[in-house]
Amino acid sequence: MNRPSLAGAVHLHGFSRSFHGKQVLDDLELDIAPGQFVALLGESGSGKTTLLRALAGLDAEARSSGTAVAHGNVSVLFQDSRLLPWLTVLDNLTLGLDAQAARPAAAQLLREVGLADKAAAWPASLSGGQKQRAALARSLLREPHVLLADEPFGALDALTRLRMQGLLRRMVERVRPTVILVTHDVDESLLLADRILVLRDGKIAEDHALDLAHPRRPDHPAFMQLRATLLRSLGVEAELV
Amino acid sequence: MTPIPLEARVAGWQSQTGAPLAAPDRKATALVPARLSPGMLLAGPALLLLVWEAASRLGYLSPETLTAPSQALRTGYEMALDGSLLPHLLASAGRAYTGLFLGIVVGVLLALAAGLSRTGEALIDGLVQIKRAVPTLALIPLAIIWLGIGEAMKVFLIFTAVLIPIYINTHAALRSIDIGHVELAQTLGLSRAEFIRKVALPGALPGFFVGLRMAVSLCWTALVVLELINTQTGIGYLMNRARDWGQTDVIVVGILIYALLGLLSDAAVRRLEAHVLSYRRSLGS
Repeated sequence: MNRPSLAGAVHLHGFSRSFHGKQVLDDLELDIAPGQFVALLGESGSGKTTLLRALAGLDAEARSSGTAVAHGNVSVLFQDSRLLPWLTVLDNLTLGLDAQAARPAAAQLLREVGLADKAAAWPASLSGGQKQRAALARSLLREPHVLLADEPFGALDALTRLRMQGLLRRMVERVRPTVILVTHDVDESLLLADRILVLRDGKIAEDHALDLAHPRRPDHPAFMQLRATLLRSLGVEAELV
Repeated sequence: MTPIPLEARVAGWQSQTGAPLAAPDRKATALVPARLSPGMLLAGPALLLLVWEAASRLGYLSPETLTAPSQALRTGYEMALDGSLLPHLLASAGRAYTGLFLGIVVGVLLALAAGLSRTGEALIDGLVQIKRAVPTLALIPLAIIWLGIGEAMKVFLIFTAVLIPIYINTHAALRSIDIGHVELAQTLGLSRAEFIRKVALPGALPGFFVGLRMAVSLCWTALVVLELINTQTGIGYLMNRARDWGQTDVIVVGILIYALLGLLSDAAVRRLEAHVLSYRRSLGS
């Protein structure tokens, strides 16, 4: 359908969406090139998740207008891992795929996210971080052109979150999908993303590029400067933090 | 997922800190009673048996009113030995389990049809809800006109009784499927058949088991009344004949058999459930 060069590109054009008369996204324009790692910041209720769900095809309601397209294979990483409790970890990974054919790649991915010994385990026996690693492996197994992540580490403890951020970055660098990471966490966006968007009043209010090598150090001047800017634009005075 | 007993939690907490944290002279207030060991659940029934037996032996209970439990046990043992019990037990079990089997099959099929399609729900759910409001025994006159007074009528009535809990619980579980799992299936591109097989059906299994546990005890309850009608076999027939002859010991034997069958069936379903739903057990519980 799409030319291969388009795979991974994300386009929103004149996109609007309202809930119960409240305009959440308002004539939004956004173009993302294939392979970009984009973080989407914004206050609660600013429409970050709405935007992501529209791109994921999870917004079946007709109360939207304009276009929102993610070209190529799209994979979603939810905040809750959404592993099916009655399938083993490995079967969760291959769910919806040809299980026989996908098995070796799934096992390989489980090794890479450090869950090699959990392939036959039930999800109920995993910790929160392990579940999210399994969910990440499930997403990447589909070799997505676009990875949509909705606060994937929001429910994890601080240390696990740091490890998961490193893992996500390493995994993504190999496969190179376009990533849209919705997050509340300014530091997370600075550690991971090459482009940071701030969503306000239904539009992309700010668009920052951050061209720093990985792994990043939080004490780098460019990092600290953009951090202060972002915190201020989200309504937090950096001096107080 | 069993909750850890309070004492165990308090004990663990004390051993970690070396000493109780709060005022050491005051015991932690137990807001919930500690868990009972399974055997202790028999304390109530055992006490009842003791009082009952004592009342009989001391002459407060005449055998015409109610036989002593020891006498009932003796009668039951003798009936089992002389072969007068087994045919009746088998006859009753045959009716109960044929009805149960049909009720499970049809109940599950109806629940699937109603739970997975709007047409199915529109056609089936209202009917089952109406059937649910009608007592099974109120259908006896109609069932006799339709099916006569033979075995078919008895099995049919057990079947209609069992159908209800199976349908209601399976259907409810299918309808209350986790929306997060539905969204996941959408983003993974599952086909409708895959969704039903991998997501909807396993998700409805816990509800089905709730219904099954009700059904296995329900399938016996209608028998006592149904075995009044045109039959010479069955536990219900035995008990009713014993009433005519004033044999309270045989009546008690019948009651005990029903109690035993109910408990055993429930235990069997629980074991099956624990096996099938073993994925729910996480580490450390």
